Amino acid sequence: MLTILFDGIAYGMVLFVLGCGLSVTMGLMNFVNLAHGAFAMLGGYVAVLAMQRLGLPFLASLPLAFLAAALVGVVLERLIYRPMYTKSHLDQVMFSIGLVFMAVAGTDWLMGSTQQFIRLPDWLQGRFEVAGIGIGRYRLFVIVVCGLLAVSLQWGFTRTRFGSRLRAAVDDARVARGLGIPVNRLFALTFALGSGLAGLGGALGIELMGLDPTFPLKFMIYFLIVVTVGGTSSITGPFFAAMLLGVADVVGKYLVPQVGAFIIYALMVVLLITRPHGLFARARA
Amino acid sequence: MTMPVLETRVRQALFASRRWHPAEIVFWCLAFAAFLLFPRNLLLLNEIAILALFALSLDLILGYAGIVSLGHAAFLGMGAYAAGLLAKHVTADPFAGLLAGMGAAGLLGLVTSPLVLRGTDLTRLMITLGVALILYELANSFSTLTGGADGLQGIMMAPVLGLFDFDIFGRTAYLYSLSVLFLLFLIARRVVHSPFGLSLRAIRDNPLRAAASGVPNDRRLAAVYTLAAAYAGAAGALLAQTTQFVSLDVLDFHRSADLMLVLIIGGAGYLYGGLIGAIAFKLLQDLIASFTPQYWMFWIGLFLVLFVLGGREMIHGAVKAAAARFARLGKGAAR
Amino acid sequence: MSAVLQTFDLSKSFGGITATDHVDFTLAKGARHALIGPNGAGKTTFVNQLTGVLRPSSGRIELMGEDITRLPREARVKRGLARTFQINQLFGTMTPLEMIALVTSERLGRGSHPFRALDRDLELVGQTAEILTRFRIDDIMDRRIATLPYGKQRQIEIAAAFAARPSVLLLDEPAAGVPEAERRDLMQTVAALPDDVSVLLIEHDMDLVFRFATRITVLVNGRVLAEGTPEEMAHDPAVRAAYLGEGAHA
Repeated sequence: MLTILFDGIAYGMVLFVLGCGLSVTMGLMNFVNLAHGAFAMLGGYVAVLAMQRLGLPFLASLPLAFLAAALVGVVLERLIYRPMYTKSHLDQVMFSIGLVFMAVAGTDWLMGSTQQFIRLPDWLQGRFEVAGIGIGRYRLFVIVVCGLLAVSLQWGFTRTRFGSRLRAAVDDARVARGLGIPVNRLFALTFALGSGLAGLGGALGIELMGLDPTFPLKFMIYFLIVVTVGGTSSITGPFFAAMLLGVADVVGKYLVPQVGAFIIYALMVVLLITRPHGLFARARA
Repeated sequence: MTMPVLETRVRQALFASRRWHPAEIVFWCLAFAAFLLFPRNLLLLNEIAILALFALSLDLILGYAGIVSLGHAAFLGMGAYAAGLLAKHVTADPFAGLLAGMGAAGLLGLVTSPLVLRGTDLTRLMITLGVALILYELANSFSTLTGGADGLQGIMMAPVLGLFDFDIFGRTAYLYSLSVLFLLFLIARRVVHSPFGLSLRAIRDNPLRAAASGVPNDRRLAAVYTLAAAYAGAAGALLAQTTQFVSLDVLDFHRSADLMLVLIIGGAGYLYGGLIGAIAFKLLQDLIASFTPQYWMFWIGLFLVLFVLGGREMIHGAVKAAAARFARLGKGAAR
Repeated sequence: MSAVLQTFDLSKSFGGITATDHVDFTLAKGARHALIGPNGAGKTTFVNQLTGVLRPSSGRIELMGEDITRLPREARVKRGLARTFQINQLFGTMTPLEMIALVTSERLGRGSHPFRALDRDLELVGQTAEILTRFRIDDIMDRRIATLPYGKQRQIEIAAAFAARPSVLLLDEPAAGVPEAERRDLMQTVAALPDDVSVLLIEHDMDLVFRFATRITVLVNGRVLAEGTPEEMAHDPAVRAAYLGEGAHA
């Protein structure tokens, strides 16, 4: 049982890294980017290609996944995302769904529709036992990496100048502009960081979540739950939401496999009903 | 202005909005004439009619009541499975199946309507999406009933009205679907021009004022959501009956997203948007399928992106110009 | 003189702020009553509780002796309590004709009719036409509301509230934002409201208040500071100090 809990935590950690970028961009520009998962998929494929074609070690492919996704994020933000900020939520949703469809079909065309695998280095394979709990080496690695990331993000968000400006801009973009904070540039940077993290999450998640061209569609709802439940004003909110989601999903699928992802969707609907003024109402104000 | 004169003018103005435009009559004549004009394309025409009905359903809630939905496939799927299961286990009569599909989907709409009454567009999008995903998972899990990933097979339909057998060319299918579409369209047209329809527009325009004018917003929205769900259920039933098969695909997310695109192409809030959008969408799909069948999803994504980025105004301008020209022609003919 | 609208010990607080503080208020039948007070006195919060937009924290509201504290908004309208809004709340895509027809159709209980044609309903047509003439908006009844000048929209705001045939009409700053040239028209409209409708006017414009009201309640910090005839209020030292002194410049 505790082993499953451990797996759930590892899963939740990856979800956090995947989703936290989305929550910040959503809070900052009140923009609904359903295509966030496409950046994660990009990171995943970059890692796969780096290892298979270039023969890079796993650890070296991770930063590459981050950089590639961040770079594409910056370019797309500049070129096509920016005119979207002033449009209605419905338009933003349609637009980003369009991007998801293009990414899914495009990846299918480029890479084929089969599931991708990577070969983990030996020291990350297998599991060991501590006090009767089976601990997968890779899962431990994921927890450590993502945990460090979460801590440094929290630090960056609360302690640095960038973070305080970001918080001010999320709170009220107009006032922040009035104070001379370059909100647009801030957003471009955040978008890049968020996309990069998604890319990194995608690479880390290959082993846990699988990777094929339908990835952005399959996990779209997961990112949205992280954002919806966690809110957009902090790092800790999405973090706990991702933990909850990861554990609930893994435990749920283990205990009652027939019901599958049903629990997660039901959970989201219930949370949206009971917390209608969570993220979205606030973001609109 | 004296009262009798004003009253006459008020009546005329109220009548004007529901009067049949010559272009509408031409539209429906063409739809039925297509049966004779394109005897080789009846299967495609059948698909168009079903998609048009599905889009009409979304238009009722989006165009008239302002409820956005990313999960309308839930009702399509509900209708399809209900009609399919009824045909398989109870009776093969098409009308019974149609009513079962509408009833089941309508019930689902009624039950889920409290979820979409409040909240922002974004909350509504997420909730409707969630409901559709839940249904997909359920259909997948209860494979003994639904056939799961293999789909619901072995549906045999009895002839329509006991006379017209479903044939492989889609002759019966098209006329059956088109007739159902036409009938439900007439009802929808009546509804949107009724006091009830006016109150929906009031809620869409300004819920605060609607409530202050005595409109029970929640009840009206629940009513139209239920009605739209039943319409989508009818589309699902038609789909199940004319293809004699139901797969999990009817509940898939892409159905809801495609539907949005259909309505975006045609424009919402005048009933014909969904019909015109369905024609354009299916013809486009057919065209693209003829040279690159595999990557339809890419193209649809590209269309979505281009539409939102600015293509919509262009297309709607063109449609309006064409409609205006058409209207002038109609007037000329009437004279 | 009987009361048509009464509040008993009505209170509303948001977090730590008390916006309505134990207000006992009575609106008499046929009254021309004004509710005044400086910005932030809690006038709009008070009106929002009367009409059901906000739930009071405690206390009771009675309309014609019936407790309406927990009734939803539309049910209060049905019982004869209508309002206008400080900021126009109109149906932008509709014509004035359609908007008045909507209110009339809801009042006549037609709203849930899914098949009836509006133009065949002679009762509805007649009553709609009557409102259009009474508020002199018949000449613009075919134009989209969103395209009309602000003064006209303000008229429609009042006409739509009146079309519900209320016994109590709450006018929330009807003259707000109306340019001087169109103000006369609007004041005439307000003055011409029939006597059997009891009117509560929430207003900043002292000119309008003193011309219109026969009774004034002064609200300050969510509390009733004073109440009386315009004459009494104009000479009440507490009112002058708290409100008229600064309000005179506004």
